Amino acid sequence: MSDISTQPGQQTPAPAAPDAASGKPVSFRGGGFAPKPRKLVGLAVFVVLIALWELGSRSGVISSLVLPAPSEAFGAFMDLANSGNLWRHLSASLQRLVIGFACGVSLGLIFGTAAGLSSVARAAITPLVSAIFPIPKIALLPLFIIWFGIGEGSKVATILFGCFFPMVIATYSAIDNVDRTLIRMGQSFSLSRAQIIWKIVLPAALPGILSGTRIAASISIILLVAAEMIGAEYGIGAYVLLAGNLMATDQLIAGVAILSLLGLTVNWLISRLENHFLGWRN
Amino acid sequence: MDLRVENLSHFYNDLEVLRDLNLTIPHGEIVCVIGPSGCGKSTLLRLLGGLEKPSKGQILQLGEAPSGSLNPLTYVFQDFALLPWRTVEGNISLVLEPHGLSAEEKERRIADVLERTRLSDFRKAVPKQLSGGMKQRVAIARALAVNPAVLLMDEPLSALDSQTRELLMDDLVGLWQREPFTSCYITHNLNEAVRLGHKVVVLSRRPGLIREIVDIDIPLSERDVSNPKLAALQQQLWEMMRDEAQTADMELATG
Ligand SMILES: Nc1ncnc2c1ncn2[C@@H]1O[C@H](COP(=O)(O)OP(=O)(O)OP(=O)(O)O)[C@@H](O)[C@H]1O
Ligand SMILES: [Mg+2]
Repeated sequence: MSDISTQPGQQTPAPAAPDAASGKPVSFRGGGFAPKPRKLVGLAVFVVLIALWELGSRSGVISSLVLPAPSEAFGAFMDLANSGNLWRHLSASLQRLVIGFACGVSLGLIFGTAAGLSSVARAAITPLVSAIFPIPKIALLPLFIIWFGIGEGSKVATILFGCFFPMVIATYSAIDNVDRTLIRMGQSFSLSRAQIIWKIVLPAALPGILSGTRIAASISIILLVAAEMIGAEYGIGAYVLLAGNLMATDQLIAGVAILSLLGLTVNWLISRLENHFLGWRN
Repeated sequence: MDLRVENLSHFYNDLEVLRDLNLTIPHGEIVCVIGPSGCGKSTLLRLLGGLEKPSKGQILQLGEAPSGSLNPLTYVFQDFALLPWRTVEGNISLVLEPHGLSAEEKERRIADVLERTRLSDFRKAVPKQLSGGMKQRVAIARALAVNPAVLLMDEPLSALDSQTRELLMDDLVGLWQREPFTSCYITHNLNEAVRLGHKVVVLSRRPGLIREIVDIDIPLSERDVSNPKLAALQQQLWEMMRDEAQTADMELATG
């Protein structure tokens, strides 16, 4: 080592080897582990699967009793749309979803922020959250019906409850992970506590909060259907349930597809929010 | 405004970190503090700026802060502490927002510090687009924007490579010559200390007490790399610190 560094002009002689002149290229072993967006692939998988399914039904490999063809399900969907009931079901569901989700997420944000910022609030809230979060909210549905009535109240409450807990957890863990040096910086420039929370803590916690919102959205769609299965006249969940009872599998598939589209839409909306607010990350 | 430290001692539970410090940071001078790792330099700086309460003794502000000073004691952090979601100008405006300045006054201050740190072309950039040296220049611009009485800098150049460090040292000297500022500058780079310090305070290993205060009366402009007096000074400081550093290092290694 030492004589290499003191005599920079001199090269160490290459070790004598039979193929020293020709050499062997260093084999490549890096790369990979960097998934890139490939939108068309996902779409192609859908198209191919549905085409295979249609083909299977037409050729009789898949009995229509077991699984109706996609075209039949689409027919059921068109019937629903033409009868004018689609909008009625969808608006009833959307209303519950939006109210329950919005209230659950806002309350979750408030309680989560409190738990993230104050030791007392944290000590009070976290054990409660740990105790209630794992309970399937569907099991509480009968209680909600007694408390909030068989109408909209119990359905909205189910969704609200379902969104609330994951939101609390996401918010306070996001706040826990905020870089403390940024907070010290705010203090050192005499920013007030409210300004530190509003201008430093919450923006820094936003990535975690938005991924919590994503989870809350999926949970709220799951709970929407569960809640509508009890005593709802209109709603996608009610439609699916009725179809199931009548063994109208084509309607059932159509209803499930609507739910899936709903989920995709909500996810897309949240991605737009992320792109808008978290553009600084890339 | 001067800053005076009187009989300052500090403890973390039973751990004595600083012992009986007496020190003045005079107006318009840069006071460099060096000392072995873990001797309490960062603690001293937090105490100076009021981010922590001293266990014993006191820290006094002598005289009034300059008029127009929004935040007399202002930090520059080692890891920049810039908000990644705000642009360069947004990061500077953050620290002006609490003071209810008029839009013109804010704009005037931002334009002024960006010009002084030669960042005017990077107003709209976000920190991610900037190199480490540029980020620290933004942090320095942000600190200057509030017109501080004393700049508290904790190893501001440690996160940078050595070329960038040279450039930023020149920048700091330039800034000081244009408009002398008062500063307590923590470093463990002896070269930084002799290039920037009007005074170098040498702390012993923990519990940190002042081993020596070295005055350097060469003007900042004459302290280029080739100046033999500086090399001699740096050597002298290293002699002072060597044993301390070695012992401190062994302490850490053995637990
Ligand atoms: N908040 C704290 N609680 C308890 N101990 C602390 C705290 N902050 C620092 N210490 C201890 O005080 C001592 C001095 O720490 P300090 O960070 O001031 O040293 P330093 O001189 O800045 O070191 P370095 O050169 O590594 O930056 C260290 O032993 C550290 O472990
Ligand atoms: Mg330190």
